[in-house]
Parts: sequence; C-alpha cells; structure tokens
Amino acid sequence: MSASTSTAPALDALPTVRLDRAPLLLIPALALAALPLTSLSTWVTLTFAGLAMGMIIFIMASGLTLVFGLMDVFNFGHGVFISLGAFLAITVLATMPTWTASDRLLLNLSALVPALAVAMLVTGVVGLGFERVIIRPVYGHPLKQIMITMGGMTVAEELLKAVWGPQAIPLPLPAAFRGSLVLGDAAVEKYRLIAVVIGLLVFGAIYWVLSRTKVGLLIRAGVQDREMVESLGYRIRRLFVGVFFAGSALAGLGGVMWGLYQQTVTTGLGSGIIVLLFIVIIIGGLGSVGGCFIGALLVGLVGNYAGFLAPKVALFSDILLMVVILSWRPQGLYPVVKR
Amino acid sequence: MRIQLLSGDLPRSRVLTVLLIAIVAGLAFAPFLFPGAKALNVAAKICIFIVLVASFDLLLGYTGIVSFAHTMFFGIGAYGVAIALTTLGPTWPAVAAGIAGALALALVLSTLIGLFSLRVKAIFYAMITLAVATAFQTLASQMSDFTGGEDGLSFKVPEWLTPGFSLSDTPFLGVALNGKLISYYLVFAVTVALFLIMLRIVNSPFGRVLQAIRENPFRAEALGYRTVVYRTCSNVLSAGFATLAGALLALWLRYNGPDTSLSFQIMISILLMVVIGGMGTLYGAVVGATLFLIVENYLQDLLKLANSAASGVPVLRDLFLPDRWMLWLGLLFVLSVYRFPSGIVGKLRARRG
Repeated sequence: MSASTSTAPALDALPTVRLDRAPLLLIPALALAALPLTSLSTWVTLTFAGLAMGMIIFIMASGLTLVFGLMDVFNFGHGVFISLGAFLAITVLATMPTWTASDRLLLNLSALVPALAVAMLVTGVVGLGFERVIIRPVYGHPLKQIMITMGGMTVAEELLKAVWGPQAIPLPLPAAFRGSLVLGDAAVEKYRLIAVVIGLLVFGAIYWVLSRTKVGLLIRAGVQDREMVESLGYRIRRLFVGVFFAGSALAGLGGVMWGLYQQTVTTGLGSGIIVLLFIVIIIGGLGSVGGCFIGALLVGLVGNYAGFLAPKVALFSDILLMVVILSWRPQGLYPVVKR
Repeated sequence: MRIQLLSGDLPRSRVLTVLLIAIVAGLAFAPFLFPGAKALNVAAKICIFIVLVASFDLLLGYTGIVSFAHTMFFGIGAYGVAIALTTLGPTWPAVAAGIAGALALALVLSTLIGLFSLRVKAIFYAMITLAVATAFQTLASQMSDFTGGEDGLSFKVPEWLTPGFSLSDTPFLGVALNGKLISYYLVFAVTVALFLIMLRIVNSPFGRVLQAIRENPFRAEALGYRTVVYRTCSNVLSAGFATLAGALLALWLRYNGPDTSLSFQIMISILLMVVIGGMGTLYGAVVGATLFLIVENYLQDLLKLANSAASGVPVLRDLFLPDRWMLWLGLLFVLSVYRFPSGIVGKLRARRG
C-alpha cells in the first residue's frame, strides 16, 4: 500500500463499520435466562461446560466456514480431518506414556503440545493433498463438489480404518487435566477450562489475522468479491490453498480436543459431529468467522442447559436453535454480503 | 407397444439394451436361476433399491437437487408398514393403512421441506435436509414405544407372504411354491410397475420442465415456469416413491429398524449407486443398484482372495480386508464423478456415437 492512502486524515474520513451488537448479546441473554431455572452452582457448572463445548465446536467449525466463504467449497471431508487429528494424538501420546501418566502439569503439557502440533501439521498437509486431488478439479460445480467430497470422505474414512482399525480406541486425558476445580459450590472440570483457553486463543489468532494483517484483508475481500481481488492481481487460488491448510489444521486441533473430551476415538468421530458443525455455520452465517464463534457458543450452551433441564429436548435443541435463529435472520447471525 | 411401455425412452445403446435385458431377466427368474436364500435376498434388495435409487435420480439427476433426506422417506415407508402390522395385526388392510399413513406423512414433510428451503442454494438445501434427516433418525430411535427404538420392530406379515404358506406341495421346476416366492414376485411386480411410472413421469412435459430447471433455473423461470413449485413437486414425487420402496423393504424383511432403513450409510450408498449408474437416466438406477448390491454382497469374497494373496505385504493386506469393500467402491465413485460424470449408462450411450 502506498503511503498516501494511509495518512491519518484520509482514515478519519472513512465511514466506520457499525458493529452489529444484537447477536453478541444473545449469549449473555441466554445465560441469564437459564439462571432462574437452576441453582447457582449448577448454573456455573453448566455454563462452563457449555462454553467449553462451544469452544471445541468453534475450533472444528472455523475452518469449514472460512473455506466455504472464500471458495464456496463445501467440504464433507472435514469430518475425516477431525478423526485423523484425534488418531494422530493417540499415536503421539502413546509414544510417551510416562509423561502423560505423571500428574505434573509441565510433563503433561510437554506431551500434549507435540501431540497437538503433530496433529495440526499432518492434518494440514493431508488437507492440502485432499484439496489438490479431490476438490480442485470440481471448482464451480456445487453438485459435483458435494458428491466428490462425500466420496472422498468415504474413501478417507476407510483408509483410517485400514491404518488404525475399526474399533474404538481410548484417548485418556493426561493425568493433570483430570478432575475438577471447586469454585464455591460449583465444580468446573479442569479440561473444560483448558478448552476455553485454547478456544479463545484460536479465536483471537484468527481474528487478529483477519482484521490486522494484509493476508486477512485479502481473505475478507476475497470472501466478499473474489473476482475483484483477482483482477487486482492477487492469486486467490494460492490464498485459498493457505486457508484450506489452516482450516484442515484447525480441524485436526479440534479433533484432538474433541477426542480428549469424548475420551474414545472411532473413525466416525468426525462424521458424527459434522452435522452439528453445519448447523453452527448456518446459524453464524455461511463464511462468517464471528458468526461461527457465536453460533458455536450458543449451540454449546443450549445443548448443556437443555441436557440438564429437559434431556429429551436436548436431542433436538440444535435444530430448534437453528430454526429460531433462521426465522430471526434467514441468512444467519452475520450474513456475509456477496456482491 | 414396447416403446409406449417404456414411454419412448429406449436404452439407445446395444450393449446397454443387452445389459438391461439380462438384469430384468435375471431378476424375473431369480428364484429359479440362483438357488439359495442369500441370492434371493440379494435379488429382492436389488429390486427395492432400483425403486429407491430411481426416485433419488428423479431429484438429483433430473431436477439437480441434492437432498440428504431421502433415507428419511425410505424409513417412513418402512416404519409405516412395520408399525401398522405390529399394532393392527398381519392383515392386508393393515398393510394398506401403513402405506397410506406413511405416504401422507411423507407428502406433508416433503412439501414443507420443499417450500421452506428449495428457494435457497443447492448446498444450503443439502445441509438443511441433512439436519432434518439426522433429527428424524434421533426421533425414531427415541420413540421406542412406537418404533422399537434401536432394536427396531419384528412383525408378522399377511399369511400369503410367510415362508410357511404353501401354494402347492409339488415344487415347480425344483422351487418350492411358498410365501417367500410370492413375496419376491410381489416385490418384483411392484418394482416394475413403479419403475415404468417413473419413466412415464420423467418423459412427460413435466419431466422436461424439471430437466430445464436442472440446466438453467433462471431461464426456466423466465419462460414462465414457477421453479419453486416444480422443484417442490419433484421433491414430493421422489419422496413418495422412496416411501413405497421403504414399504416393500419392510414387507420383504419382516423387520425394520434404524440401521436397515434410516442410517446415513444407506444415503451414501444411494448416492454412489446413482452416480456410478448414471445420473439423469433412470436406467442408470437399474445398472447402479444391481452393480452396487452385487459388489456389496460378493466383492467381500473376492477381497478375501486378494487378502490371502497379499498376506505377505503389510499395508496392501489391510487394504484388501473384506471389510474394506467400501474403499474400493468409494474410489470407483470418485473416479466416475471425474472421468465419466454421466455414469455407466452415459458412457455406453456415448460409445455408439
């Protein structure tokens, strides 16, 4: 960018984008609405569990919504990346049993961090291969995309079974993350605390990249008007490959988190949750990261409150939430404006 | 006469004609040609899936809509018959009541889904139907008083269809004339009738409009066709035929549960059958369903051989495990979307020129 466009007066003259606050208020409103229905300590536990679950869902769904926003690619294979991440974590953690069994936080972390890193890196690379082989030949054909990513998912799931076997494999939490912290009367599981921290870090990182870096500017511009960005000389294909790598890596990270949350891993781990991820990104507005974040937290909170108050309703709470949100805003919480 | 019966939609390829005649003849004389319970079961499944896959093709191949709720309607049909026969007893009126109830429910649901969400993009519709189908599956396994939950329902069928029923004591051409045989021919006859009706629908002016919408919705709308109405009609018709296929399945198996009619695995199988056979031609459904089910039931034996042949090579051995048959079909599916998007039928037709 040349210096003349970034002078202070010119920036002041630009109209500022008004922040759409209504969806942001939904989360505290929902939490407060649930408060009178339970005791305070239960409420704290439930809210925390809901936020933690929402954060994990957000990590898994963020890649999906970005990839969709930028390239209109809807990737059913995303579920396989989630399972792959979890399996990789199992393999990596199995190489250092003494570190995971020890109850010292530092040792646990030095086992978990490499597991997360390997899972992200490998799923990212596998994602690149998937994009190259499966998705690239069918850009611009939505029907074929749905079918081909579905076929890719089937094949990849079978490959996972061939490598790790079809049976469920336990993925125990490292010792220091087990158990709960007691705050007054309320018990908060330690792992959920970690999930919230990692979720916030991921959201912060994505938000920072999208709003403060040039790459992020290009991504946001590409989501709104792909052709215009291309005509300005940027190679959107290359940008997209990068986003796909990041999205797959996030799926891998989310897979590890989700696998640790479930404590057992099967090849169906990812395809079991993918419908929920679809619901989340529809609620958020297809392509919107902020919407995806709020949508994920809403789904997590509603799921936990409903699970406690009316377990039968909880099975359908996601769909009900989607219906309510879509009748309020048919394009999702933060509609992505396309030209 | 023959052309009229096929609604003027001939196979248009010599190889395809021979193939179709072979499949129809094989199915028509299956009890006499292929002895054994397994073979008859595969033949009946092929018939039922021909109806199911053809009805999905009506939606995917002719109208260009991807729906993941197709197994939901298949399940509604199967549960309709299963619940009616369990509660009302094994009589023909109960079968009729079950089918009628299932059709009514399918009609209402498909109209609602269609009107609400067919206005949006293909991908959005695919996701909405996926969510609805998942919710329906949960509902079916939760209402266990009604649907038998995860265990499903085993029930008695009308006496004519039970294996114990016998038309005559002397076997005909070496095959016992029992209720199993009658059931099979019931399935076969209904399949033929439904298939010909669908062929009639897609070759009618209505079917042409659907194809126009698939090719270019804007132009179809500009020509004065209300695309939402036509898409919804296509959705409803396809749901109706899927429901009937489900009813046939329940009558044939004398059992229904979530895994036999509602699971997502079946949805993927249908998609594979349509695409491998050939989208946008109902003959593709016949070829695809036959190929898929034969492979599903007999490829495992073949893989067992390959597995023992490759037993020395570690990774290859795992890939040839009989349980991995879906891997090979998945690869075939991916290849067919890239290499021959019009499927086997399209390839055969193109070869003639």
